[in-house]
Amino acid sequence: MQTASRDAGGWFSRSRTVAGPGYSRWMVPPAALCVHLCIGQAYAFSVFNLPMTRLIGITESAPDDWKLTELGWIFSLAIFFLGVSSALFGRWVEEGGPRKAMFTAACCWAGGFLISAFGVAIHNLWVIYLGYGVIGGIALGIGYISPVSTLIKWFPDRPGMATGMAIMGFGGGAFIASPLSVWLMNRFKTDTHVGVMETFAVLGIVYFVFMVVGSVLVRVPAPGWKPEGYVEPTQATRLITRNDVYVYDALKTPQFWLIWWVLCLNVTAGIGVLGQASAMSQEMFPGQITPVAAAGLVGLMSLFNMGGRFAWASTSDYIGRRNTYFVFMVLGFVLYCLVPYTGSVGSVTGFVLCFLIIISMYGGGFSTVPAYLRDMFGTRYVGAIHGLLLTAWSAAGIFGPVLVNYIREYNVTHGVPNAQAYNTTMYIMAGLLVIGFICNFLVKAVDARFHMKPESEPALDIAASAAKA
Amino acid sequence: MDNTNSSGTTTLQLVLAWGFVGIPLVWGVFQTLLNALKLFQ
Repeated sequence: MQTASRDAGGWFSRSRTVAGPGYSRWMVPPAALCVHLCIGQAYAFSVFNLPMTRLIGITESAPDDWKLTELGWIFSLAIFFLGVSSALFGRWVEEGGPRKAMFTAACCWAGGFLISAFGVAIHNLWVIYLGYGVIGGIALGIGYISPVSTLIKWFPDRPGMATGMAIMGFGGGAFIASPLSVWLMNRFKTDTHVGVMETFAVLGIVYFVFMVVGSVLVRVPAPGWKPEGYVEPTQATRLITRNDVYVYDALKTPQFWLIWWVLCLNVTAGIGVLGQASAMSQEMFPGQITPVAAAGLVGLMSLFNMGGRFAWASTSDYIGRRNTYFVFMVLGFVLYCLVPYTGSVGSVTGFVLCFLIIISMYGGGFSTVPAYLRDMFGTRYVGAIHGLLLTAWSAAGIFGPVLVNYIREYNVTHGVPNAQAYNTTMYIMAGLLVIGFICNFLVKAVDARFHMKPESEPALDIAASAAKA
Repeated sequence: MDNTNSSGTTTLQLVLAWGFVGIPLVWGVFQTLLNALKLFQ
């Protein structure tokens, strides 16, 4: 009965994605990257902002054109719905399997672009809010967690490296989307048209094809599968469990909320400087860092953001997840305190180095956390638990920019020179990392009463049932 | 009924899969690197 209901999804069902003998697990990272490289476009959405303020006026904004403040809500909505959907659909993603989830994400992501293209055509911003903001945001949530959870199951020997590869793709998606979108808009624009609608339509179709390829390639390991030569530890180490915790039971543990705060504080500190790096560098080094050089710094930071995702998560396989976050907190604290000093002595090199390392740890925070959750709560529901944890990202997306912008504004209005207006912010960010350090320090092994018992486990082992049929 | 996918993975499949995602990614990184070089000009 169970098998029949599980196979109801046909080709999309979890049981149809179980890998056979001889399947190489190195096929799974490209499958994950197919999805993450596409949804990572979200980071590059700002390339559409200016053209979308000139849809009617073409060369300059007309009175009926949309304002930048109105357009800013598209990205905010998408990130908000990323958090909501990953929290709401996490369990469905885990139980339905990666193919169904990745295909759903492909439909939502492409659908979001096509609806937005329609919104541009009829010049209705609410349609774009619905398309890219809500439906696209749902695609972001489902598409983000599904490949990550699958990779963790394929790489029990190196879960940090595996999740680092996928989440690196999310950071790298903007690298492709940004120049591609500009190129497409230039191809489609005419004297009476800015080319945004056609670009949305083409991106929707291209991303759909790419993500469907990922859903075709993806597989889950057969029950009991282990990498060749991998010997599972017979005893759990202090901070790596061999037990699983049910998704909603994880919410009852202090470990979940401590890691929630660790991620939130690490991301708050990073996101605050990521969005303001260009303005901050020019104001702290007037005459030394030009607008063109500042744009170069932002590009370099995005490369370190992407590289940090892979490098730090891979490092965590060797030094442990908790120690990796200790490094983020301690090193981050030192670097945030150093930034005002580099400004006072006029050291551009020191400033750039501080920011590059900080931003690599911002990326590393995202990519190391799935493996941290796996260590704490086991692999069974790690995708769903990761989905719930991503609400910390949504919260940090509000805290970080607000902290940087308002404190700078307060300082400037109280007579602090522009070059020193960010100093207080840097010290506050360093303070946040001290709190993060304490939260991370308090993380201990999950109490055994939260572990799933074999008889209480929901009927989930699809592959096992399928094999019996 | 065996629901597993019994075919093994060939080297060609691996190369194609990694090339499918790797080529666009390398192109994007190269474009960003060109932009980042402006910092040193």
